[in-house]
Amino acid sequence: MSDLLNVENLCVRFEVKRGGMFGKKSYLHAVDDISFAVKKGETLAIVGESGSGKTTAALAVARLVNAWRGKVELDGRDILPLDGAELRRARRRVQFIFQDPYSSLNPRQRAEAIVKEPLDSLSDKPEAEKAEIVARLFKAVGLRPEQQRLFPHQFSGGQRQRIGIARALATQPELIICDEPVSALDVAVQAQILNLLRRLQKEFGLTYLFISHDLGVVQHMSDSIAVMYMGKVVEHADRISLFSNPLHPYTAALLSAVPSVDKARREATKRILIPGDPPDPMNPPKGCRFATRCPLAEARCRETPPALREVASGHRVACHLVPDPA
Amino acid sequence: MSDAPALPEETVEKARPPIAEAWEMFRKNHAAVAALVVLILIVLAAIFGPALYGTDPFDMVWAPFSPPGADGFLLGTDYLGRDLTALILSGARVSLVIGLAAALVSVFIGVTVGALAGFYRGVVEEVLMRITEFFQVLPTLLFSMVIVALFGASLPMITFAIGVVSWTAVARITRGEFLRIRELEYVTASRASGASNLKLMFKVILPNALTPIIVQSALMVGGAILFEAGLSFLGLTDPNVVSWGQIIGSNRTYILESPFTVTIPGLAIFITVLAISLVGDGLNDALNPKLRQR
Repeated sequence: MSDLLNVENLCVRFEVKRGGMFGKKSYLHAVDDISFAVKKGETLAIVGESGSGKTTAALAVARLVNAWRGKVELDGRDILPLDGAELRRARRRVQFIFQDPYSSLNPRQRAEAIVKEPLDSLSDKPEAEKAEIVARLFKAVGLRPEQQRLFPHQFSGGQRQRIGIARALATQPELIICDEPVSALDVAVQAQILNLLRRLQKEFGLTYLFISHDLGVVQHMSDSIAVMYMGKVVEHADRISLFSNPLHPYTAALLSAVPSVDKARREATKRILIPGDPPDPMNPPKGCRFATRCPLAEARCRETPPALREVASGHRVACHLVPDPA
Repeated sequence: MSDAPALPEETVEKARPPIAEAWEMFRKNHAAVAALVVLILIVLAAIFGPALYGTDPFDMVWAPFSPPGADGFLLGTDYLGRDLTALILSGARVSLVIGLAAALVSVFIGVTVGALAGFYRGVVEEVLMRITEFFQVLPTLLFSMVIVALFGASLPMITFAIGVVSWTAVARITRGEFLRIRELEYVTASRASGASNLKLMFKVILPNALTPIIVQSALMVGGAILFEAGLSFLGLTDPNVVSWGQIIGSNRTYILESPFTVTIPGLAIFITVLAISLVGDGLNDALNPKLRQR
């Protein structure tokens, strides 16, 4: 199937001022030249630790922060330069599910108004039809009709996230960006929400861009995975080859940290510890960004940044130490 | 669409309007409740008092400086022999109306400036906050005296003069709230839903920023009444209407001979402003969710 979303060389930088009003401007490159594509109806997971730029990348794709350069193509059309009515048309097709169900719902709006908001701003349907859509959405995400009149503080975390999902579905989008949609929830509720997301994906043919730091969740949800470290994609492959054959040392370390109940697997994978913290993002290392913490780093790793290259069919990695395919 | 199974483990609490919750908290603050009763009495006296009492405050009805209670005048007479009760009652109207109107003017200016600064940040914020600081360091009484002296001492001009010097606190509070709320996810969510900047500012952020603004404006009514008293004490007031400050100002020469002519309007100001402050304090308790959890 064809690519619904194609991101090319996306860069996002933030201006950081040091020393008051007349201080020197410098830039923090939160997302530094990343590219990926998602096929229609599939799920691409972006994983990485806090500060790796995964959420910023997601916000830039949804036009919620401004990209500095690059392309975000939806069905082959770049949505970054759009504004006005065209941007609203694009927003209808790309919706967002937020991480924290406690802060992502306006405490002064009733549940029905929250779900209806995208319809109010992005569609010109008559009120009666909007109410009908809201009622259908409540049913689809497993909320009762009488709960429409309640305020957010009267719901539990899982129910709140269901409201957030219903809101994202309101304009019948094709692409939904899920920014760690379950990391703020109890484990039991997490499973319910993940299963709901998968069921909705099948029902509506949705494409997901799924941001997470939880590899267990990612294994359950995704078709392919991109691993980010300090604003760069270090490895990008389909789920099976990434989990069975991680090539980048960072990915290998991440995977070894996933707890397992399978004794054989636990013994087979030795725990790889990464020493230290990520370096200062204002002043990234000039070679490979992982070189300062990489157990295998060589001299060339500290000198030249590795490019992301395809080493097996559909498996791309940015590491000098991985040999080219024969 | 198929429906998902209903979830038994997540219970729903009963819907309770936030107003009812706020009233319950307010009721626990006894001083505020007492102050509210006093304030309601003052407002009722200001609305119906002059008509019920009947005496024109400008009529010279008796000899000057008749002490309270003597000669059938409840609060006595002033230096021109005018009935002090009638003066206090019609002065209440002017004081309360100016207090309310001036507070509204400053809330309007303050919220607009603060909202624009907090929402747009950057250059807009720099410019607006420097202007705010300019007004903050201005000697307020002097500045409003200049306005009144230049443009005439009519009630609307006095209201404007008070409002224009006291909006800075509201602007700062509004800006602070906007800075905090604009980073919350539900604002980003509204943006993702296609809300315009205007809608984000006034329909999403402002309703959530309202609590401290309401409390501040309640306190500001008291401040504006004091300010008006100050201006009219100095004679910068419309001579054709009575206000509490004006009564004090016109009788001040005789403060040693008959102190009651200044003390009584002074007490009226004191009680009203104190009541407003206590009610504002109670509002703060009632509307502040952090205190509510204790």
